[in-house]
Amino acid sequence: MGLEGEQVHQSGSGWSPVYVEENLGVMSAGFLLSSPDDAVIWRGPKKNGLIKQFLRDVDWGEVDYLIVDTPPGTSDEHLSIVQYLSAAHIDGAVIITTPQEVSLQDVRKEINFCHKVKLPIIGVVENMSGFVCPKCKNESQIFPPTTGGAEKMCQNLSVSLLGKVPLDPQIGKSCDRGQSFLAEAPESPATLSYRNIIQRIQEYCEHHHLQEEKIM
Amino acid sequence: MRGGNMEETAGERASLAGVRHIVLVLSGKGGVGKSTLCTELALALRHAGKRVGILDVDLCGPSIPRMLRAQDSAVHQCDSGWVPVFVGQDIALMSIGFLLERPDDAVVWRGPKKNALIKQFVTDVAWGELDFLIVDTPPGTSDEHISTVEALRPFQLLGAVLVTTPQAVSVGDVRRELTFCRKAGLQILGIVENMSGFVCPHCSECTNIFSKGGGEELAKHTGVPFLGCVPLDPQLSQSLEEGRDFIQEFPKSSAFPALTHIAQQILDTSQRSS
Repeated sequence: MGLEGEQVHQSGSGWSPVYVEENLGVMSAGFLLSSPDDAVIWRGPKKNGLIKQFLRDVDWGEVDYLIVDTPPGTSDEHLSIVQYLSAAHIDGAVIITTPQEVSLQDVRKEINFCHKVKLPIIGVVENMSGFVCPKCKNESQIFPPTTGGAEKMCQNLSVSLLGKVPLDPQIGKSCDRGQSFLAEAPESPATLSYRNIIQRIQEYCEHHHLQEEKIM
Repeated sequence: MRGGNMEETAGERASLAGVRHIVLVLSGKGGVGKSTLCTELALALRHAGKRVGILDVDLCGPSIPRMLRAQDSAVHQCDSGWVPVFVGQDIALMSIGFLLERPDDAVVWRGPKKNALIKQFVTDVAWGELDFLIVDTPPGTSDEHISTVEALRPFQLLGAVLVTTPQAVSVGDVRRELTFCRKAGLQILGIVENMSGFVCPHCSECTNIFSKGGGEELAKHTGVPFLGCVPLDPQLSQSLEEGRDFIQEFPKSSAFPALTHIAQQILDTSQRSS
């Protein structure tokens, strides 16, 4: 997000997120490391401690959406974040996969994890879904959906497919430079995909929010 | 443990005592191709006439069984412990994938339980006589990594291969992985830059989908050997999906030269260390 080298500041009301823009704040373990070579070599309990602090001690202020990025797998971090956030309200999880079975087989486990911990699933995103050669415009399936891709898996498991994002070299470049891909490549098919997915996520959250207000 | 004292000692020693070289495959980042590299490295070494095993320590996302068409196999017990599953070209494999009741079961364990299983995979598996044991790990620097290195320390740990994709966000994580290796006293065999460029099969135009050169630069910057760039290769992905032997079946494919070159460098290093 173009925030490398930033540090976290403390105030009376807790840790302050690092702001990209007035309405976009970030908290990350990355801000607590003093060098790009520093490794976080911690076992579970210490990690859980930091996650708790991120949730309890950060002065987020009034926020419409809190997006939580997680590491791959179903580990301490995942258990902890779900446990610690259970008192607050998690709208749900968005699960990312690539099209091939080797990825899907792990994602099915992730979906089972969500069911186990009663975490609603907003939907699945199929990333790196095809590549259109900029020269000849032919499409290649670099990560082939040999078992039907996310689409088939979502059908089988009754989970929403939020969308498919194609490979675009600009995505990696923008991320590396800390620039907004959506702003840098507004015409890219990947941008269109992202925007559709984001809209669906917003609709899901707003719909469920309304439902809850009705119940209350 | 069953049997008298002599048998017990032999059983304890037999775990990894017969393995001549252990290679750890690490990455700071997920999804960069560790499991792919483990699989292809194992196949290439096997084709070079070596006896090879793979230890799959990625407990949450065990990919190796599928990559070697062994997803329906089961593990058996013998007197000296678990018997690894023999897959592909006679490669010995142990993975949590073989112990799950259902393939979609999530392993939702905290550290201590994971550590216990990793220790078992090292001490309670009858690996026998192997030239190489390749160890596949989950991404990052977590319980699994600390425990794996601790469990492997008494044995012939040749070193670690670090996998990255070319772009900065991946390289940034691999720098941290290097720190882990240095702190753990692991020899760094080298860095592999995976998913490095894509040659369109229709028009041969090369596109650097995930940028280019980051892995090589990191190796230069940190004084670590650079083992090579592996391009994106749909035939490689397809081969892994189907559990095929890519090294045997696709010698003309774009990733083949790089993968066999990496295996050769590992072989050379192992011969020097012997």
